[in-house]
Amino acid sequence: MTPLRRLLVASVACAAMTATAAQAQRGADGQLNIIYWQAPSTMNPFLSGGTKEVEASSMVIEPLASYDNDGNIVPRLAVELPTVENGGVSADLTSITWKLKPGVKWSDGSDFTAEDAVFTWKYCTAPDGGCAQSSYFEGVANMEAVDPLTLKITFAEPKPFPYTALVGAESPIIQKKQFENCMGAKAPECTQQNFNPIGTGPFVVKEFRANDVITLEANPNYREADKPRFQTVLFKGGGDAASAARSVLETGEFDYAWNLQIEPEVLERMEGAGKGKLVSAFATSVERILINFTNPDPALGPDARSVYKDDGSNAHPILNDIRVRKALSLAIDRPLLNDLGYGKTGRPVCNVLPGPDIYASTANDACLVQDIEAAKALLDEAGWAPGSDGVRVKDGRRLSLLYQTSTNSVRQSFQSLIKQWWAEIGVETELRNISASVFFGGDPASPDTFQKFYADVEMYTNNFSGVDPEAYMADWRCDAIPGPATQWQGSNINRYCNPDYDALSKKMASTAALADRAELAKAMNDMLMQDYVLLPLIHRSGTSAHSVTLAGVKMNDWDSELWNIADWHRAK
Amino acid sequence: MARYALRRLLIAIPTLLAISFIIFALLDLAPSDPTANLPLTIPPEVREKIRLSLGLGEPFVVRYFKWLEQFMINEPLNVLEQWTGWTIGDSENRLRVLSWATRSPVTDLIVERLPQTLWVVGMSYVIAVLIAVPIGVISAYRQYSLFDQIGTFISMLGFSIPTFFTGLLLIVIFSVWLGWLPSIYDTTHVVRDWDSFVFQVKQMLMPTMVLALANASQISRFMRASMLDNLNQDYVRTARAKGLRERVVVLVHVLRNSLIPVVTVIALGVPTIFGGAIITEQIFRVNGIGQLLIIGIEGADIPLVQTLTFIFAILIVVFNLIADLIYGMLDPRIRYD
Repeated sequence: MTPLRRLLVASVACAAMTATAAQAQRGADGQLNIIYWQAPSTMNPFLSGGTKEVEASSMVIEPLASYDNDGNIVPRLAVELPTVENGGVSADLTSITWKLKPGVKWSDGSDFTAEDAVFTWKYCTAPDGGCAQSSYFEGVANMEAVDPLTLKITFAEPKPFPYTALVGAESPIIQKKQFENCMGAKAPECTQQNFNPIGTGPFVVKEFRANDVITLEANPNYREADKPRFQTVLFKGGGDAASAARSVLETGEFDYAWNLQIEPEVLERMEGAGKGKLVSAFATSVERILINFTNPDPALGPDARSVYKDDGSNAHPILNDIRVRKALSLAIDRPLLNDLGYGKTGRPVCNVLPGPDIYASTANDACLVQDIEAAKALLDEAGWAPGSDGVRVKDGRRLSLLYQTSTNSVRQSFQSLIKQWWAEIGVETELRNISASVFFGGDPASPDTFQKFYADVEMYTNNFSGVDPEAYMADWRCDAIPGPATQWQGSNINRYCNPDYDALSKKMASTAALADRAELAKAMNDMLMQDYVLLPLIHRSGTSAHSVTLAGVKMNDWDSELWNIADWHRAK
Repeated sequence: MARYALRRLLIAIPTLLAISFIIFALLDLAPSDPTANLPLTIPPEVREKIRLSLGLGEPFVVRYFKWLEQFMINEPLNVLEQWTGWTIGDSENRLRVLSWATRSPVTDLIVERLPQTLWVVGMSYVIAVLIAVPIGVISAYRQYSLFDQIGTFISMLGFSIPTFFTGLLLIVIFSVWLGWLPSIYDTTHVVRDWDSFVFQVKQMLMPTMVLALANASQISRFMRASMLDNLNQDYVRTARAKGLRERVVVLVHVLRNSLIPVVTVIALGVPTIFGGAIITEQIFRVNGIGQLLIIGIEGADIPLVQTLTFIFAILIVVFNLIADLIYGMLDPRIRYD
C-alpha cells in the first residue's frame, strides 16, 4: 500500500467513524409506541382530512412552517418566516416569497426543491381530486419556483394573513416525483403512494396497514444528523379512548396515547397509577349552544322551515327576543358543567373565540356565574308569565324549546342538566340526540343535520385550524346563511344577520397589522356574545397521555400533537 | 347427493343476487355521509367535492351495477391473477372496489386482516368445540351430578355475561394488576423462534379465552340437550340389551345421533369466524375483520360495508349447504336424491 493510498484509506475510515458517531445519537432510544384509538386510514392527508390521518402523516411529511405549542408560527422547511418587514411579503400583500432551507433531502435521498411545493399546490387543486385540504390554497393565483430554493406564492387579491398555503400539518408538501402520476381522478388509485409517502420528516413508513397499525423507522436522510432519537415507531390504532389511556397510564405498554376524552374522575384514577401523565393544550375548540334565529316550526314547508328571510318575516317567534336568549345563558352553571364533563381537560368559557391570547376578550366573563333570579326577571320583563304547570306562557304560546345535539354521553348529560336549569326559570325543553354521522353529515335530503337546524337550539363543538380567526369569524356573515338555495351549505348555522357585524368582518379582511386585527376579532366576538347569538360553554383542550419514561413531549393543539416528535426521547 | 348439491348451488345464485341488491339498497338509502367525521374546519364546498370524487354524484342503478361488476368479475379475476401470476385482459385499468376511507381496494384490506381474525376467532372456535362437546356429553350422561351442576353454572355465566365485560375483567386482572399478559394485540408480531411463539400465545390467550367461553357455553348446552333426547330412546335400550359395552352405546350410537343438531349449530357458526368478533376484536385491538366492519360503519365507508356484509351472506349460504350435506353423512336415513 502506498503512503498516499494508506492516507486515503485512513481518512475514509475516519469519515466513516465520525458518521457512525453521529448515527449513534439517531435511533439510540429504540422503539416508540404510540396509540391512537382512531386508526389512520391513509397516510395522505389530502385524501382524508381527518385529524388522525393528518397527525400520523405529520411524522413523515412536513409543511414550510408549523405552529408551536404557544400558537406561534415557526419555520420548518423554510429558512425564516417571510414578513412585510423582511421583504418576504410584498408591500401590497399580494405575494409571499419563501426561502427554503438548503440541503434538505427527501427520504429517498433526492433533493427537496421549490418544485415540490408548486406540485403540491397543483395536486391539491386538480379538478376531480376531491382534495380535503383545498381550502388552504384558496386565493392562491399562482405558485412558482423562482429557483430551487425560492418559492413565490401570488394571491388573487391582497391577503393580510398569507400563512395558509403549505403552513401547518394539514397542508404539508409531498414529493413531485412520487405523486406526479396521481393527479386528480387518479389520486385514489395510487394506493402504494398514498400509504407510503416519501417525506422530509423524521420518520419513514416501513409498513402501513390501513385502520390498524403503522410501523415507521428513522429517516436516514433527516436534516438533523442526531435526530430522531427513536429508531422505530409503532403506531397502533383502534379500540376506545379509555383503554388507550389504560395502556399508557396503567399497564405502561404504550408511550403515548392521543385524544383521551373520558370522564375526568376515571382519568384521574388512572393517572394515580404513576406510570404516565396527562398533558393538555388549549387552542380554539369551544362547545357551544347555537340559537336558531329563524322559525323551525314543522308546520312550515321545506322552503320556509329554518329558512332566513331578508324581510324578517320568518324570525324565530321566541328566540328573536334578546331577553329570552340572555335568560337562557344566565340559567347555565358553566363551571359545574365543566367539573362533571371535562375536569382538567376543559374550562368554562364565555367567548366563542377563546384564543390565541391576543384575540381573547375579557368583556363577557360575567357568564361564568349562574343567576337564576336574574334570568327569571328577564323573562318576566319580556312578557312571559308562569303558567299553571310552571312553564311560561305568552299570547297563548308556551315557552318550549327543542334542543338537539349529537349522540355522545357527555353531551347527553349536559342536555339533561341544562334542561333542569331551564325548567327552573320556566322554560320547557324537549331533548333530542342524533347519531353523529347523520348530524354532522352534509346530506341535504336529511332533516337531521346540524346545517338544517330543524330545532330551536343545538349544541356541538367547533374550532378553527391555525391561529388566524379571520375565516372563522366570517362564519356569521349574512351571506353565509345556509338555505335550500345553497343546498343547505353555509357556515352561518345560526342564521344571524347583522350589517354591523358584516362591516367588521369586511374590515378585517383588508387589515394587515396584527394589533388592529386582534381588536376587530375581539369586537366581533363581543358582538356575538352580547347579542347572545351562541352560548359558549366549555373551552375544550386536546388531552393526551405520555409515559413517564418519555421526554420531550410539548403538547400542541394548534398543529399536529406529534409536531416535535423528532425531539422526543427516553427520559434518563 | 351431487345432483342435490348442484341444485342447491344453482338456487344460491339468484338468492345471492337478491341479497346483494337488498344490501346495496339498504346501505345506500340509509342516511350517512362519508365526510361527516371530518373536522368542522373543512368547509362545505370542499366536502361536496370530496363526495363527488367518491362517485356519489352518479345515479343509484349505475352505482349498483358498477359495484356488482367490480365485485363479481373484477375482484375474482384479480385474486386469480395474484395467485397464478397470469395476466388476464386489461388488468392495469380494471376498476376494483375501493374503500372510501382508505382509497385502497377493499379485498386487499380484507386479505390483510384475515390472518389475525382466523387465528384468534378461529382458534377460539376450535377450543370452544373441543371443550363443549365432552362437557355436553358428560353433563347429559351424568345428569344432575356435581359435574353437570358446575358445567351448567359456568355455561350460564358464559351465556349471560357479555364479552365486553369478561374482556375488560381479564384485562384488569391479567394486564393491570398482574402484568402477565399484554392488553393490546400486536398484529405486526412475527413468530420466528420459541420466545416470539410464547409472546404470540400470550397475546392470543385473553381474546381467545373470552370468545371460547361464550361459544363453548352455547354449544355445550345444545350438546347436552341433544344427548338427553337420545339417551332415553328405544334404540339405546336395544343396544344395551344386545350387550354392547356402555362406551360403545354412548360414544358411537348416542353421540352420533346427538351430533346432528349440534353440527348445524357449529356449521352455521363458522361464518361468524370470518365475520370476526366485533366487540372482542375492538377490546383487545386484534383489528381483524370485525373491527374493519365497525370502522367502515362508523366512517360511512359504504363500499367496504357492502362488500363485507355481502361476503358474510355468501358464507352463510355456503355453510348452510355444507351443514345439509353433513347431515347426510351422519344420518344414513337422510337422502337427498
